[in-house]
Amino acid sequence: MRSSSVKLDSVSKRFNRRTIFEKVSASVNAPGSLAITGRNGSGKSTLVKILAGVLSATEGKVSLTVDGHEIPRELLYQQVGFVSPYLMLYDEFSAAENIRLLESMRSGRRAADTEIDSLLDMVGLAHRRNDRIGTFSSGMKQRAKYAVALIHRPAMLILDEPTSNLDAEGIAIVRGVAERQSTSGILIVATNDSEEAGWCSQQIPLGIG
Amino acid sequence: MSVRAQIGAVVVKDVRSEVRNRYAINALVMFVVTAVATILFALRSEQPGPATLAGMYWVVIFFSAMSGLARIFVSEEERGTALTLQLTTSPGILFAGKLAVNTGLTLLLTLSVSALYIVTFPGFVIRSPDIFALTVLLGSIGFSASATILAAIIAKANSRGTLYPVLSFPILIPLLMTVMNATEKALEGAAFIEAVGDMQVLVGYCLIMIAGSFLLFDYVWND
Repeated sequence: MRSSSVKLDSVSKRFNRRTIFEKVSASVNAPGSLAITGRNGSGKSTLVKILAGVLSATEGKVSLTVDGHEIPRELLYQQVGFVSPYLMLYDEFSAAENIRLLESMRSGRRAADTEIDSLLDMVGLAHRRNDRIGTFSSGMKQRAKYAVALIHRPAMLILDEPTSNLDAEGIAIVRGVAERQSTSGILIVATNDSEEAGWCSQQIPLGIG
Repeated sequence: MSVRAQIGAVVVKDVRSEVRNRYAINALVMFVVTAVATILFALRSEQPGPATLAGMYWVVIFFSAMSGLARIFVSEEERGTALTLQLTTSPGILFAGKLAVNTGLTLLLTLSVSALYIVTFPGFVIRSPDIFALTVLLGSIGFSASATILAAIIAKANSRGTLYPVLSFPILIPLLMTVMNATEKALEGAAFIEAVGDMQVLVGYCLIMIAGSFLLFDYVWND
């Protein structure tokens, strides 16, 4: 297990003059987990995008440290796995192609068939390995996103609305993924659901005060 | 970790996606065919000189490229996969991959338009192949470098359709004037030494556009 930690230091975000959240602070050391909760529009998705490095904070600092080295923002993608309903995969590629191409773009390495098969098996999509994502239901697409997010064994796994579109079997799979990540690395969950928030050892409520 | 392999993966992803969806190719082919057919109807039996032919040649390439090359980033925004790319690779690697794909498409476009012009216009005879080949190569690189960064900018804007040619025209004017001039010399059969000045301008334009685009892309792509 790699040593890693993430720290939010007085992070604020404003879009034009509208303040989304102000001075949010928290820190998580691996193994550990953090739930970001709050009503609709409280800025949960904005905060996880800041954590993933795709949005910048208006004020404050986010730092991810892996094996004693602070990861610069432009290299966060190598250490972060991200799943959300608004994240899209390529409809014209199969589930296996999506995993292989996105992993090649991320690391330059060609993922082995056995790795891809084992991930697709874990999310219950082994039988649809070579079918185009465009033919998948929304729940199956959500499962495929987990396979893409886990192929590089991320130090920090960020789940925004983790069980969106999933059936009972899918929710159980995600729960297993969350448990494994929170005991081996950093898990961040953004959710309205108190049960999903309960997967994590710490909580930040947004939109209060 | 190999940067070349990562750039290669972006290229493979885009080429495979293009082969399956034909986002850009269809737009390019339709524009080339309709533009050349319209010019042929307009000219009837008239035989334009090298200056007019060189101008018409690059006008067709300019508008075809503008209609197709923007897709490289616009399609990612429209399909919602831009976030996936942000979470998968660095801006520099992504831009290098997209630039390589657009350069390939522009070269394909210029070669197709050249073949079409040679077949349909009897006056379009390449008398200085060295000038023509270098003009097409550098012109394609310059076009694709400008088109790629502009595609990234307009992909983030709301009025994408109209913004692209409006933004690209002033940026491409120096390139267009130079490639038209050099192509005219190639059609007239000038010696290579006469086109050296044009080639220097083209090399300078390509270097400035590529370096500037790499510096700017980080700010365009990330919030």
